[in-house]
Amino acid sequence: MLAKRIIPCLDIKNNEVVKGINFEDLKSAGDPVALAKKYDDELADELMFLDITASSEKRKTILKLVEKISENIFIPFSVGGGVSEIEDIHNLLNSGADKVSINTAAVINPEIIDEAAKKFGSSTIVIAIDAKKVGDEYLVFTYGGKKNSGINAIQWAKEVYNRGAGEILLTSMDKDGTKSGYEINLTSMVVRSVKIPVIASGGARDAKDIEEVFVKADAGAALAASIFHYENSGIISIKKYLKSKGINVRL
Amino acid sequence: MEKKIAVIDYGMGNLKNVKNAFNFLGYSAKITGDFEDIKNATYLVLPGVGGFKDAMATLKRKGLVNPIKDAITEGKKFLGICLGMQLLFETSEEFGYSEGLGIFKGKVVKFDENIVNLIPHIGWNDIEILKPSEEFKGIENKSFFYFLHSYYCVPEEDIAAAACDYYGKFTACVKKDNIFACQFHPEKSHKEGLALLKNFIES
Repeated sequence: MLAKRIIPCLDIKNNEVVKGINFEDLKSAGDPVALAKKYDDELADELMFLDITASSEKRKTILKLVEKISENIFIPFSVGGGVSEIEDIHNLLNSGADKVSINTAAVINPEIIDEAAKKFGSSTIVIAIDAKKVGDEYLVFTYGGKKNSGINAIQWAKEVYNRGAGEILLTSMDKDGTKSGYEINLTSMVVRSVKIPVIASGGARDAKDIEEVFVKADAGAALAASIFHYENSGIISIKKYLKSKGINVRL
Repeated sequence: MEKKIAVIDYGMGNLKNVKNAFNFLGYSAKITGDFEDIKNATYLVLPGVGGFKDAMATLKRKGLVNPIKDAITEGKKFLGICLGMQLLFETSEEFGYSEGLGIFKGKVVKFDENIVNLIPHIGWNDIEILKPSEEFKGIENKSFFYFLHSYYCVPEEDIAAAACDYYGKFTACVKKDNIFACQFHPEKSHKEGLALLKNFIES
């Protein structure tokens, strides 16, 4: 039976991990390769790297980093952040990334999804959707959550699925950073609208939140950043808890 | 004897991660489409992600069909991964009908959309070892491996070595003489995947 996936997310800036770097036993806490290895040891099912470097040099540095990670980590990993052209996807995949996540560029030019899926295969294309509740509907925000696109998030999810996206990374902006649990309603609506896996993101505090998003919303994977860094909520202990609740996980 | 691993390059998908995994295990592996390299290799690996029809067309265009078949007939150790497993069969129903290498009797079919809720099958799934062989040494039954595919193989000879359950059972690994092939990606399947690659080389 297919296992539910736990995916730690690492925010990268200038080749360093910038959020939640609380590992005490690592020589360089911000070293993405060292952190990736640690997560790999702790049975992370996949890794997500989000490049938030904002410079023109960024592409070269991230490609080198991707190459180094792929030589050391033998679980799938995705890279996202500022991917705007087919060439960016090509370069990231060629450097060793297994999947590439696209956000704003897909909203601006949805055809990039069709083109990328055709060229590289659906399974390599993850569409990241940042959604926020406005009035009584969920809307898609772009540019790192700064701009309201006015597009309905459920409709957008259906569209990216129809255009050939392989997975959806769904972040609730209302929940992100609040540690109050995942947005069950939004996640559940998107899961029911598409026939591709949905990775839930935003709001995780502990194993119970992850259990909830798996059981109530049927997300295929749960993504989180800082919570995995603390000893009492390491990935293995979260997975043990999930298993005790009858959820199929890789242990 | 020196271990020469040739990862066959035919322009389908990310071959570097397969090479990376062998390198990490301490072996040298070469990504190559060169006939001499294939002839001189002691181990051949056929990986691949993407379309069956495109893959066969590329193998033909690059003149790789006969070198691969000859190597298999000679008894060279051969590992097929994902699409590289599917290509070993006679036909695929992708885009109607496509012919494969025909090493194994059987066909490649798509998951039934009426039964399977999510296609492709993406993620970690456990396998049931049907025929214990050297490739599974040290790997427990029901271990998880990373899958990423929309099609699966239906052998018409008794070669299934492991099965996987995704809305019903399908063949996850086949083994016959010098050939081992798996639908999952050992190069992305953590310790168990690396163990399988090591077993393939050392057995």
